[in-house]
Amino acid sequence: MTFNWDLVWSSFGPIIGGAVTGTIPLTLASFALGLALALLVALLRLSPNRVFSGVARFYVSVIRGTPLLVQLFVIFYGLPSIGVKLEPWPSAIIAFSLNVGGYAAEVIRAAILSVPKGQWEAGHTIGMSRPQTLVRIILPQAARVSVPPLSNTFISLVKDTSLASLILVTELFRNAQQIAAFSQEFMILYLEAALVYWVICLVLSTGQSALERRLDRYVAH
Amino acid sequence: MSPTEPSYASPAGTGLVLSARSLAKAFGSNVVLRGIDIDVLRGQVVALIGPSGSGKTTVLRSLNGLEVPDAGTVTFGDADAGTVRGSGAGLTLDFAGTVGKREIAALRDRSAMVFQHYNLFPHMTVLKNIIEGPVQVQKRPRAEVVAEAERLLARVGLADKRDAYPFELSGGQQQRVGIVRALALKPQLLLFDEPTSALDPELVGEVLGVIKELADEGWTMVIVTHELAFARQVADEVIFMDGGVVVERGPAAEVLRAPRQERTQQFVKRLQHDV
Repeated sequence: MTFNWDLVWSSFGPIIGGAVTGTIPLTLASFALGLALALLVALLRLSPNRVFSGVARFYVSVIRGTPLLVQLFVIFYGLPSIGVKLEPWPSAIIAFSLNVGGYAAEVIRAAILSVPKGQWEAGHTIGMSRPQTLVRIILPQAARVSVPPLSNTFISLVKDTSLASLILVTELFRNAQQIAAFSQEFMILYLEAALVYWVICLVLSTGQSALERRLDRYVAH
Repeated sequence: MSPTEPSYASPAGTGLVLSARSLAKAFGSNVVLRGIDIDVLRGQVVALIGPSGSGKTTVLRSLNGLEVPDAGTVTFGDADAGTVRGSGAGLTLDFAGTVGKREIAALRDRSAMVFQHYNLFPHMTVLKNIIEGPVQVQKRPRAEVVAEAERLLARVGLADKRDAYPFELSGGQQQRVGIVRALALKPQLLLFDEPTSALDPELVGEVLGVIKELADEGWTMVIVTHELAFARQVADEVIFMDGGVVVERGPAAEVLRAPRQERTQQFVKRLQHDV
């Protein structure tokens, strides 16, 4: 087999371009929105109000119990039939945010529960309200516990964004697919795509380690 | 330690700081308090003793709103003019009715708690632990609070630990920070929940020493403790609880040296045997 080096070099540009203009912003936007949603859902889930916790439980159950690809298709191809027509990008961001929200909610809920009850009490006895204690005392400690599992969610999300190619979002994998279809060099192009995903995830793993070290500075080693 | 009294600690015996009446509390079918009365005079040190499960910690936690009794009242007396916290007016909570967040907050505003397991905030330095309440909740000027915190830290021998994290401290040091955190709130009443029970024996003395100094300075305190020798030394009044009721109360020397009630006698005897 002769290796088509010219194609390798010329296709890296569009693939990396797809990462920069597609995969990465899609990941960042979805993760940020998803985390905010997850915090809300985690708090609802922890609420003594049964309606709130029931709604949160239902949401988490649906998100975790159905394939991401199906969620994506429902939003992009399904919603128009009831009159809600969304462009590819908003559809993708909504689907991925909802997905992250479901998974990360459970992580955040567990992390909040892992902070000893005495920390809530200490917050209360210095006069803090529940929200104040949550924000200033509990969440910073919960953050430390939730960095490793949330990093997993984040890294999974990077790879899951490749599914957006199926609803016409121009991102890393869709660019690779198009060049592959044109050049018929499937192996080369898909390996290139894999390599770029891998590099992104390696960078993220390094960032995760640095963040963990930073958050570990106040615990015994 | 400086001999000057803090302006917010008042001389002993000039009035009623706290008065609790008929406190009752059950956790499900487990009745832990069956009508407890407590009066604490200004500058007085009250020690709550009794076997575990007697309800003494629940009483203490009720005074700070960490437990909400099912019935009974807690009244903070007409606070003295020198008090920094609180409105200065009296406060009564009737637990038989609905007690709202505001009332609980007003209750907490008047007392500060020192926990058995310190409960320092692990993600904050010693200094941050101390100034968090005064700055974030009481909205006092940061510079003033920091200066006060440094002064208090020096008093308990921890000036050099200002920027340390709790995990870098021994249990005794953490508990002294816990005490300073409570003092920095300038409460009318200090509450101690078995402050030395979690400490290694060789670290107990340093914490008891600090509490004794606070007593000598005129701070008003309620202390749940198993240290009978310490209670005898520091407390003005000892209250012996068992089974959710007050079995015996009186001057420390009387209750601990010559208890009248049989249950108290047994308890005191047992603890002294342990020592």
